[in-house]
Amino acid sequence: MEVSKIESVQSDELLKDLMPKKFGIQGRLWLALLLVVIAIGAFAYYRQLRNGLIVTDMRDFTSWGIYISNFVFFVAISLVGSLVSAILKLTNADWRTPLVRISEITAVAAITFAALIIIVDMGRPERFWHLFVYGRIQSPILWDVIVISTYFVISVLLLYIPLLPDIAICRDTTPDSSKWKKRFYTVLALNWRGNKKQYDVIHKCINILAVLVIPLALGIHTVTSWLFATTYRAGWDSSNFGPYFVAGAFQAGCAGVIAVMYVLRNHYKLQKYITELHFNNMGKLLVLLSLIYLYFNINEYLVPGYKMKTVDGEHLHEMFSGRYAPLFWSVQIFGMILPIIVLLFRKGRKPVPMLIVAILVVVGAWFKRFLIVVPTQLHPFIPIEGVPESWHRYIPTWEEWAITSASLAGALLIITLFVRLFPIIPIWETKEEKMKINVIDTTKQAV
Amino acid sequence: MDENQNNTRRKFLKAGAFAGLAIAGSVGAFEVLSQDDNKKKSDTVKLLSPDGKIVEVDSSEINPQIPEFFVSDHNVREGVPGKKFVMVIDLSRCRNAGKCKTACSKMHYLPEDRSYIKINKMQDSEKASPYWMPTPCFHCDNPPCVKVCPVGATFKLTDGVVGIDNDRCIGCRFCMVACPYSARVFNWSKDEFQLNVEEFKDIKQHAACSTHALGTVEKCDFCPSKTGHDELPDCVVACPNGVFYFGDEVEDVVSNGEETVRLSQLLKDKSGYRYLEDLGTKPRVYYLPPVDRQFPFEEVKPES
Repeated sequence: MEVSKIESVQSDELLKDLMPKKFGIQGRLWLALLLVVIAIGAFAYYRQLRNGLIVTDMRDFTSWGIYISNFVFFVAISLVGSLVSAILKLTNADWRTPLVRISEITAVAAITFAALIIIVDMGRPERFWHLFVYGRIQSPILWDVIVISTYFVISVLLLYIPLLPDIAICRDTTPDSSKWKKRFYTVLALNWRGNKKQYDVIHKCINILAVLVIPLALGIHTVTSWLFATTYRAGWDSSNFGPYFVAGAFQAGCAGVIAVMYVLRNHYKLQKYITELHFNNMGKLLVLLSLIYLYFNINEYLVPGYKMKTVDGEHLHEMFSGRYAPLFWSVQIFGMILPIIVLLFRKGRKPVPMLIVAILVVVGAWFKRFLIVVPTQLHPFIPIEGVPESWHRYIPTWEEWAITSASLAGALLIITLFVRLFPIIPIWETKEEKMKINVIDTTKQAV
Repeated sequence: MDENQNNTRRKFLKAGAFAGLAIAGSVGAFEVLSQDDNKKKSDTVKLLSPDGKIVEVDSSEINPQIPEFFVSDHNVREGVPGKKFVMVIDLSRCRNAGKCKTACSKMHYLPEDRSYIKINKMQDSEKASPYWMPTPCFHCDNPPCVKVCPVGATFKLTDGVVGIDNDRCIGCRFCMVACPYSARVFNWSKDEFQLNVEEFKDIKQHAACSTHALGTVEKCDFCPSKTGHDELPDCVVACPNGVFYFGDEVEDVVSNGEETVRLSQLLKDKSGYRYLEDLGTKPRVYYLPPVDRQFPFEEVKPES
C-alpha cells in the first residue's frame, strides 16, 4: 500500500522530468546549425558525384583520406554502446541505468554514419550492390560489411527493445488531439501493455543482446583495423592493430558519451538523474581505458621505433620529428596523457573538467585516426617520384571537410531528434531501480 | 540517340541542381552523373566516314569511349591460352629515356604526362651509385591486390596477367593501398584520362584497353592486344636501349625486340631477381642488377 503510493508520486515526478520536451530557442538554433552544415555537405557531395573524386585531395599515392579516417572514427565511437549497455550490465554496475540510452543512441548514430561515409568514399557509389552480387568473402571489406550490418541491427534492437515501455508511456500520455503523434507512438510501442509476461520477455531479450553485442563490438573494430593490417605498408603492417584499435575505440566512445551526457544534463536539467557520481564513475572508466590505450600506443610506436627499419623508420621520423610531429604530439599529449593526469584526481572528475577532457579526447581521437590512415601512404616502398608536386602531400579540400563535417552533424542530428521524440533517460528502468531501493529501505525499517 | 540522351541528361542535371540530396538516393542518377558530360557546343571535329569522305561533326556528338565495333569479343577474364607472360627489366641499360612511358601513354590513350610505367631513381645504399628503375605492374602470382578486392574486379588471368574489369570496380581503392609497388592509378577526374578524340580514326583494336571509366582503378595490362597476336608490348618495342625483355615462361623465351634469349639462362647468367622478394608476392617481372652499366647515371629528365 505504502509502496504503491510512493511509486505513483515518484512516477508523476519522473514523467515531468523525463518526458521528451519541445525544442526551445536554443534547441531550434542548434537544429538549424546542424541542418546548415548538412546542406553544405550535401552540396559538396553533389559536386563530388558530378566531377568525380578529383574534388578531393586524394591522389594515386594518398588514395585514402579523411573519409576513411572519419569512418574509423565513427566505428570507434559506436563501440561505446556495447561498453555501457553490455559490459557494465554484465558486471552489475547499476549506476549505468541513466546512461544506457545515451550511449546506445550515440552508438546507433555513429554506426549509421560509418556506413554512409564509406559509400561517400567510393569512386562508384552506384555500384554498391556489386558487394552483394559479386562479393568475395576473401576480402576484409566483405567482413566489414557483414559485421557492421550485424552490429547495426543488434545496436538498434538494444536501443529499441528497452525503449518499448517508455514509448508506451508516451503513447498513453499523448492527448488524442495530436493525431499523428499518437499514431506514431502507437505503432512503435508494438502493443505494449506492461504486464509481467512482457517485462519478462524484455529482460530476457536485453540479457541475450547484451551478451551478443560484445563479440560483435570487438569484431567491428578488429575487422576495421584489418583493412590496414592486411596490407604491407609501413605503419599498418602490425599484428598489434586489432587490440590497438579496440582499445582506442572504447576510450573515444567513452569520452563521446561523457560529452553528450554533460550537454543533455545541463540542457534538460537532469542533475537529479545524472549525478556527480556518474561523472566520477565514467571518469574512472575513462582513465582506465586511456591507460590501456596508452599501453597499446607504446607497443605500436616504441617497438618499430626501436628497430627503425628503412621504410618504417622514414614513417616514424615523419611522425616523431617531421611533417606530422606537431599533430602527432598534440594528439598523444592532449588526447591521452593530459586526460589521464586530470582524471586521476577526484577534482578532475567533476562535470566541467570532465567535459573539457572528454572533448579533448574525442577531438584527439579524430586526428589520431587521420595519423593512422594518411602518413603511411606517403611512404610507399618505392619512393614517390615523377608525379605532380602536390601528390607528395595530402591536404583535404573544402569538399572533404564539408562532407566530413556534415557526417558529424548528421550523427548529432540523429541524437538530437531522438531526444526530442523519446525519453533519453529510461523512465521504467529508473522506476524499477527506485522501487528496488524503496523495498530495501522499507525492509530495513521493518527490521 | 546520343542527342536525345544528352538532352535528357541536361534536363536531369538541371533538375538535379534543385533536387540536391534527392539525387543521391537514386541509383540511376549516379549512372547518369558519372557518365560524360556535354562538350562545348562550338567544337567540331573532322572525321573519316566509313565510305572514305571527310566529315565535320560536332564534338558533343562523339561519345569519347572506344566504340563497340573496335573492341573484339575478347573476354577480359580469360588470358591468352597456353601462355605465361613474363618480363625481365635490365637495369644496366636504363638511362631514363622515357620512351616506354610515352609509348604506354599512347597505347592506352592516356594523357602525355601519365603512364602505367614509372621510372624511379633508386639507390640501394649511400655509397652505391643510383640507378633508374622502370616499374610497370608486376603481375604477381600471389597478388595482394586481387586478394583484397571485395567484388572480384581485379583477378588473375590464365596467362599470368593481373586484369581489371572497369565495369565491376566499385572504386574502393583497397587494391591501391594493398599494392606494395604503387602500380595502380585511379580515374580521379573525368577529363584526366579522356580519350583523345582527334586520334579517333587511329584508334587501335585493343580488347582489354581500359575505357578510363571515372571512379575506377586501372594499371599496366601487359598490352593483351599485342601479346595475343605474338607481338611485343609497346613499351618493349619503344625502348631505344633494349631494357625490357618480354616473353613466355612456358616456352622459356624472352625478347627485347633485338635479341631473343632463354629466360632461365638470362636470369641465371645475370643474377636476375624480383623486387622485394621477401614480401612473398611472387612478381612476374624480374630485374637484372645495374652492373656493367651501359650509361653513367645522369639526372636527366626525358624531353617531353
